[in-house]
Amino acid sequence: MQREIHIEPVTRIEGHGKISVFLDEKGDVRDAQFHVTELRGFEKFCEGRTLWEMPGLTARICGICPVSHILASAKACDAILAVRIPRTAELLRRLMNLGQFVQSHALSFFYLSAPDFLLGWDADPATRNVVGLVAANPELARKGIRLRAFGQEVIDRLGGKRIHPAWAVPGGVHQPLSAENRAWIVSHLPEAKATILETLALYKKAFASAELRNLLGAFDSMYLGLVTPDGLWEHYTGVLRLVDMKGKAIVPALDPSQYATIIKEASEPWTYLKFPHYEPMGYPEGMYRVGPLGRVNVCDRFGTPMADRELEEFRAGEKKRSGRVFDYHYARLLEMLGAIEQMEVVLADASILSPHVRAEAGINELEGVGVHEAPRGTLIHHYHVDKNGVIEKANFIVSTGHNNLAMNRAVREIAKTYIKKGKVTEGILNRIEGGIRAYDPCLSCSVHAVGHMPLRLDIVEADGRRTTLCQE
Amino acid sequence: MDKLRVKIDGRTILAAPGKTILEVAEENGIHIPTLCHLDGLRDVGACRLCIVDLYGQLVTSCTTKVADGMEIGTQTETVRAYRRTILELLFAEGNHVCSFCVSNGGCELQDLACELGMHSVRVPYTYRRERVDATHPRFLIDRDRCVLCGRCVRVCQEVEGAHTWGFAERGATVRVITDLAVPWGTAESCTSCGKCVEVCPTGAIARKGASNAEMRKHPDLVAELTERRARG
Repeated sequence: MQREIHIEPVTRIEGHGKISVFLDEKGDVRDAQFHVTELRGFEKFCEGRTLWEMPGLTARICGICPVSHILASAKACDAILAVRIPRTAELLRRLMNLGQFVQSHALSFFYLSAPDFLLGWDADPATRNVVGLVAANPELARKGIRLRAFGQEVIDRLGGKRIHPAWAVPGGVHQPLSAENRAWIVSHLPEAKATILETLALYKKAFASAELRNLLGAFDSMYLGLVTPDGLWEHYTGVLRLVDMKGKAIVPALDPSQYATIIKEASEPWTYLKFPHYEPMGYPEGMYRVGPLGRVNVCDRFGTPMADRELEEFRAGEKKRSGRVFDYHYARLLEMLGAIEQMEVVLADASILSPHVRAEAGINELEGVGVHEAPRGTLIHHYHVDKNGVIEKANFIVSTGHNNLAMNRAVREIAKTYIKKGKVTEGILNRIEGGIRAYDPCLSCSVHAVGHMPLRLDIVEADGRRTTLCQE
Repeated sequence: MDKLRVKIDGRTILAAPGKTILEVAEENGIHIPTLCHLDGLRDVGACRLCIVDLYGQLVTSCTTKVADGMEIGTQTETVRAYRRTILELLFAEGNHVCSFCVSNGGCELQDLACELGMHSVRVPYTYRRERVDATHPRFLIDRDRCVLCGRCVRVCQEVEGAHTWGFAERGATVRVITDLAVPWGTAESCTSCGKCVEVCPTGAIARKGASNAEMRKHPDLVAELTERRARG
């Protein structure tokens, strides 16, 4: 008898999602799908608003990564003003994005995913969360919480608040960095770095074996991300690079404003989240991944000493780029280390306190694209305006969307590995969810959806009978 | 000139004849919320937020003159309830989303919502959707944020003398227009002085290029200008 298993809502991710697992007559997995079940529609209601409102308006897409939308939006607006923003403004935007990387990665790692692999995939769901982590390992949990708070504080010190700081504006940023705030950030960098290094050491020790690293499955895909023109890890400017599993560039250096020449979006009736794919290979064959593992796999190296040493170790003994879903967590730690090192460089720049942080201009182009790396992956804002700066059309391709095909693949792989003869336990469902969590999806961003997102698992049998297992 | 004797919130006050209730209250440190009123401009009683209780009648304090023996309540339960409802109607009529508004943190409507304790709107929203007019090279108007206070119309007429701004239509469809309802950028009478921007209490009329929460207006400019002119 065929069955369907639905996990709804998916827990410990940002937004609302559901997983369906389809079983064949023997009770083995035939297929699995990851559905995003809510729609927000920002693309539509941005129409008619003015260009200058867009960073603040699109920031409201998300409470976790508003900085990402603010920066992508501000970059798209810069393109429409046709200005090169002051150097200090770019450095400050970079600094805020690096702060965002630290806070978002720390949230994903310590709050959302660590409970699974530190407390156990089969641990009691009632304590398999950050509160349980605090009880089991208070020192590590405290450090993780302080690390996230540091990232948030960097955002606050630059933008005046931790969430939705409408600080990046078309042409630059709203206000410069004060000497006092620079000193505060500089003084807190060593603690942040020490926490990351300690966690990294712990992580490498705990997940040294290939078996453990393959826990959430492994598969080949292409990877997409920004790199500097020299091939270094990049998060704010640079060029788009698409690589294969060997790290060989399929698209070596694409001007990000030309993203539409390689990326197309497909849609399916069972989810609100679209499926961006590499168009020359078609859909769904053109699957690629973005985010921490994407960027780590795309770049040649970080360009900062400690992160480069760690990247070398990460790649040591591998014949190809990592395809392991679980390695997203590893990559997240590498990126936090790289981010701290880059913050040190940015804050040491002689011009970082300059008051010249904004270029003024009118509407000089009718179309603008802003691309940068959000913690979850490449984020694209694309606007068309009329001659007065009123938005006529907006298109967002959000990090989580890029990973949609891969998340579906991950769910399918994990379900096939663990569900045999129709036997499903709560621990198995949690592993399937873990496959989604590894990508740290932000579903409210990706479809502009409302509210929190717990996950539900539905089992649908061949005769249509349905069993629902909820995790709330 | 003989002074009049009035009682405001139980306090006996001597007031000069010819003054409005609002003027007398302000002179005596008694606060009455206002929106369409602006020192230096003619009062029209458009917003009704400055209503006071004459114990038997509610009147707008900005347009009602004091009379001898008048008893006035500025904070009675009745006026507070009416003011809040009036404010809710203003919010329901427009699209006032503070989070991405240029005037967030510097908006008189937002300040009133805080002052009057407006935590929710009990009437249905109209979800008005008017196209932003950004045709002027320096300024723009988002009529969804307009509360029809008429300050722009009055400052343009009374202080600048350009008569660019006016009202069109009636009732629920009334709106402010430039010249004969042409796009602002093509309104030939506009001198681009920017006074309408400074007096607009919300983010409706704003400077182009201002991003979220960046508009800080200077409505006192009007009183300063009119005083300086009176001094010659």
